[in-house]
Amino acid sequence: MAQRQRYREGILEVLRLSFLYFLLVLYLIPFFLVFVNAFKDRNQIIANPFRLPSAFHLANFIEAFRKMNYPYAFWNSLVITVLSTALIVFFSSMTAYLFARLPWKFNRFMFFLMVASMLIPFQAIMIPLVKIYGSFGLLNNRWTLMYMYLGFGCSFAVFLYHGAIKSIPLELEEAAMIDGCSRFQAFFRIVFPLLRPTTTTVAILDVLWIWNDFLLPSLVLISPRNRTLPLSTYYFYGTYTSEYGLLLASLILSITPVIIFYLFMQRHIIRGILQGSIK
Amino acid sequence: MVSEKTLFGKIGTYLLFAGPTTFAFFTVVILPFLFGVYLTLTNWDGLSATYVFVGLKNYRMVFEDRAFWTSFGLTLRYVAYTVVLTNVIAFTLAYLLTSGIRGQNFLRAGFFVPNLIGGIVLGLIWRFVFSNVLVYVGKRFGWELFLRSWLAHPDKAFWALVIVSVWQSSGYMMVIYIAGLMGIPKDLVEAATIEGATGLQRLRYVILPLLTPFTTVCIFLSLQRGFIVYDLNKALTEGGPYKSTELVAMHVYEKAFLAQQYEIGQSEAFFLFAMIVGVTLAQVYLGKRLEVEQ
Repeated sequence: MAQRQRYREGILEVLRLSFLYFLLVLYLIPFFLVFVNAFKDRNQIIANPFRLPSAFHLANFIEAFRKMNYPYAFWNSLVITVLSTALIVFFSSMTAYLFARLPWKFNRFMFFLMVASMLIPFQAIMIPLVKIYGSFGLLNNRWTLMYMYLGFGCSFAVFLYHGAIKSIPLELEEAAMIDGCSRFQAFFRIVFPLLRPTTTTVAILDVLWIWNDFLLPSLVLISPRNRTLPLSTYYFYGTYTSEYGLLLASLILSITPVIIFYLFMQRHIIRGILQGSIK
Repeated sequence: MVSEKTLFGKIGTYLLFAGPTTFAFFTVVILPFLFGVYLTLTNWDGLSATYVFVGLKNYRMVFEDRAFWTSFGLTLRYVAYTVVLTNVIAFTLAYLLTSGIRGQNFLRAGFFVPNLIGGIVLGLIWRFVFSNVLVYVGKRFGWELFLRSWLAHPDKAFWALVIVSVWQSSGYMMVIYIAGLMGIPKDLVEAATIEGATGLQRLRYVILPLLTPFTTVCIFLSLQRGFIVYDLNKALTEGGPYKSTELVAMHVYEKAFLAQQYEIGQSEAFFLFAMIVGVTLAQVYLGKRLEVEQ
């Protein structure tokens, strides 16, 4: 009896495993197809997109790299993502600290306003945003974009930090402040280091958001020199619509940095997503 | 150290800690939002320096914009399908991947991959799949279904959009469902088993009720994503063929920046906003009631 039970469970396990791996293959096959065909020329792709390339020629990659101005786009994306995320982490953690520790009426109002604003879709803001910043001549500037990311990103970051700060005991800072620390010092020396898990969460969510964002930079960064990676990928695609091999190589170039980031940070990323969603 | 008791001291402390975020938040979110309200009440065309107050005329124009209502209806359909499919698939994956199966961490990580990449690049990847790879499959095996690119057919292009969205989001929601399932005490499920509950009964009467808070979050997130999707729409179908897959977010963009009817585009964006607020409040309310009842 027990043996039969085990036998049945074994079969079930095999069924479940094969189902899951089948699904995984389905999930990942688009990436595989893009990768394989990025090494071929147009005729080979049309002849059979499933055949492995006869040789791993890098010609497509080199040409795509050059034509989409990859180093520029990569550098723009990197600078904008890293600096915007740093701005959001630095200023939002301080703001959340103020809101959590000093519940003045105004602070409570501001906190409420920030949380409520998270429901506003970007589309309801973008038209006046472009109008206002355009009339001040502030568009087409990477610093403007980073500033906007601070404005859009701070609400959610403040919200996450607020929850985390509430759970840190007050005694630690009070002791430091009695010993002569200012509130500012108490925050950076004592509270901020304790917020590291939240900082990781905020940083990961913001890095993925800003690195992959398209609509906002497409409105703000007009000149080709300023383009981020998603922008230059998209415009590249529009220019070379029929040169499949080249296009696919550009897609591979554009997803490689994030995949490498994922390989190293996988555990943190999944945890970050989770913490950010269930709060 | 400045005293935090006086008004002056309070303002100083506030500016030191929250000055930069407050300023950025107001100049990037709140003021444009309010200015947007003002814009919908004028006849601004995006170029002229002066504009006249026209009252509610723009909102009336929205009601006459048939294309907007078509894409609004389309968006509702799109949201309904993606929310249901995403959550069913995400829950199934999470359920199977918390049963202590071999290699479950590897599998989880694999299903999550599409979420690392932005909608633009994902859309372009799938454009290749739909208009090249599947067409090849159709021709090779003579399958009617794939003979012509899905993206060239209005109805199929809509489903292509749904499939890609579900493909992307299900891995994300899976992560949340996994956390929820791991938080369910094992002894509760075991107790139900000893009492003679079948697998389906355990699911229906023990697991799903305990999972409600997580389900609420997942539905909330997939609703939000569904209503404002733009990148994927733009890269995969570009709203085509013949505007048959133009979702609201894209319609607003086209109205404002291509047709240059900024005031109407802005008014339509507010309809989208009202829709999101309404649906979100209703959903949170229902979720809360479900939690209380148990």
